[in-house]
Amino acid sequence: MNTSSRPRSLRGRAGRLSSRLWQGLFGTRYNTIVTIVIAFLLGQIVLPLIRWAVLDATFTGTSDACARDGACWAFVGAKLRFILFAFYPPELQWRPLLVIVALAALLVASAVPRFWGWKLLAAWPASVAFCWLLLEGAFTATPIPSNQWGGLPVTLFVWAVCFAAATPIAVLLALGRRSRLGGLRTFSIAYIEAMRGTPMVGILYIAMLIVPMALPESLSVDKMLRAMIMITLFWSAYIAEVIRAGLQAIPRGQAEAATALGLSYWRVQQLIVLPQALRIVIPGMVNLAIGFLLATSLLAVIGIFDLLNAARASAADPVWLGFYNEAYLVVATVYFAICFGASRYSRWLEQRLAEGMRR
Amino acid sequence: MIKNKTFRWTIQSAAAAGFVATTMLSGLAHAGPTLDKISQRGTIKVGVGTTPGFFAPDSNGKWQGFFIDFGRALSITVFGSPDKVEFTSSSPQQRLPALQSGEFDVLLSGVTVTATRAFKLGFHFGPTVFYDGQGILVRKDLGVTKAADLDGATIGAQSGTTGELNVADFFRKTGKTFKAVTIEDTGQFIAALESGRVDAITQDSSDLVGKRTQLKKPDDYVLLPERLSKEPLAPAIAGGDDRWLEIVNWTVNATIQAEEWGITSKNVDEFLKSEDPAIQRFLGVDKSFGEALGLDPKWAYNVIKTVGNYGEIFDRNLKPLGWDRGYNNLWTAGGLLYSPPFR
Repeated sequence: MNTSSRPRSLRGRAGRLSSRLWQGLFGTRYNTIVTIVIAFLLGQIVLPLIRWAVLDATFTGTSDACARDGACWAFVGAKLRFILFAFYPPELQWRPLLVIVALAALLVASAVPRFWGWKLLAAWPASVAFCWLLLEGAFTATPIPSNQWGGLPVTLFVWAVCFAAATPIAVLLALGRRSRLGGLRTFSIAYIEAMRGTPMVGILYIAMLIVPMALPESLSVDKMLRAMIMITLFWSAYIAEVIRAGLQAIPRGQAEAATALGLSYWRVQQLIVLPQALRIVIPGMVNLAIGFLLATSLLAVIGIFDLLNAARASAADPVWLGFYNEAYLVVATVYFAICFGASRYSRWLEQRLAEGMRR
Repeated sequence: MIKNKTFRWTIQSAAAAGFVATTMLSGLAHAGPTLDKISQRGTIKVGVGTTPGFFAPDSNGKWQGFFIDFGRALSITVFGSPDKVEFTSSSPQQRLPALQSGEFDVLLSGVTVTATRAFKLGFHFGPTVFYDGQGILVRKDLGVTKAADLDGATIGAQSGTTGELNVADFFRKTGKTFKAVTIEDTGQFIAALESGRVDAITQDSSDLVGKRTQLKKPDDYVLLPERLSKEPLAPAIAGGDDRWLEIVNWTVNATIQAEEWGITSKNVDEFLKSEDPAIQRFLGVDKSFGEALGLDPKWAYNVIKTVGNYGEIFDRNLKPLGWDRGYNNLWTAGGLLYSPPFR
């Protein structure tokens, strides 16, 4: 009795599912029309896409072998190295590859609440320094100037490092904006509003053109470093506003009670306010991080070959001219994988933290 | 009231910050010869773009192209090696300010020589290395062989460019009519042409040649012979370093002069035996000439041996894309290239 009931109920469930599906698709006249229209549109889009991407596509060979009508995946085969690593010397390719692995490991570790602690905090500057030294060509005879860096490692590096560096600044700005000290509050407000009122392209131009003029002749700061410092300052204003939202969500009574117990301002923030506030703003921060990842493609305007710019340049090679669709598809896949992963993570974390908050 | 006060504070601090920034900028203009910086650094910083044939990275991430070869030639003149040069891509909007700020030692990114850029912006230009001009790419089945025959055609131009204005001027001059379609993104030019939304597209012909090769059936389209504008593309450097300017000038001239004499990368060693005193001076057989210039006597020999003469540079990079020499031929062959004497 017991043994036979399971398959039957499964079959029953499957039957219910298929009948529900049928109901949903063709149950009413309205549903039927919608189904047919959508199926037609999908056919219009998906069929030519399959034709282009699979049936008419060329998978191996040279650019001459590529039929004009289909996708040229041979192009991706020939150019994937350039799209991912741009101008980095091919014989030292393991270095940017290791940077990708190190940054990915760091990001994944940072995503797991179990690892949150001082060790992880210390791992960040260490990993960043390690990645920079790797890219720079440390421990080899020939240093590799930053204008030869490019592709995915640069995109990930700028994204992760600038976001990580901007967050502590943002916490200070958010606290400053809620501070009772007038000067500090005004400075924070002015800084945040000025940065948020400037387009990121403008910030990059400042890093590229104006900062070197303002620095003394003897002090030449690397272009990549200049850009990263400016981006950090720029992003910190955005993150500060998200964190401020978290700070405002904490009832004032908690801080007042802690002060009444004799805790100093910083201890109150450290022990009571920030742990709760930062937890609340994690979804908002992930949302910002996704936007910032896509914004790194603006680095192209100051001549840095990030992932997108490298893909664009790869299709300008006269030997493989004009395969922009294929190049952009590769890049879109990479961006999508990262962003989708981040957004799924954010949902998971939200649920997990919500469980912790439940009383 | 409090809000108002905050607002005033914000304005005041913003104004103060702006004032500080401008004084810093005006007080710290760059001085000092470019060449000093180059020899100190050990590399030449060259600003380039990304246009097929002119400058584009190959599959190994090495820059290749017409202007790239001139950058390598400069590196040979200064350092004796083609690899002491850093190419950095820059967009048209930021390349001139970047040159001004000292980010680049020379721009080989297809900058058009204009009076404003020379007088007001203070840039110096080397010899024109490429005579470009705005062209019109049309469908062959229109049966048009010259631009003046175009009547009532729909022409695509990039919005906000001089190209859009030039084509309007041209038709006003010929008295014919045309319908303008402005296209924001040049990437859509091909699609517009192939879908029949426009009969022709107009842009700098250096871009059009690259676009033509990307069409599904390139042979159904033809680039009309007329040029609606003059776009002489030359190396640009910041003012204030005459010697650097001369090095740029004469490196380009050397490639043109070598072609005039028929010296190529392949036969340059045979020319070392030449009895012609001018060629002996040029190739450094007679050392006193190069020494008098303060250069390695072999500099021109090394440039030709490594990069080749102007014709070789052109054929290697632009001929495969379907470029004709046109104006970019020697003056002896009906073009505009002419090198002053190496004396």
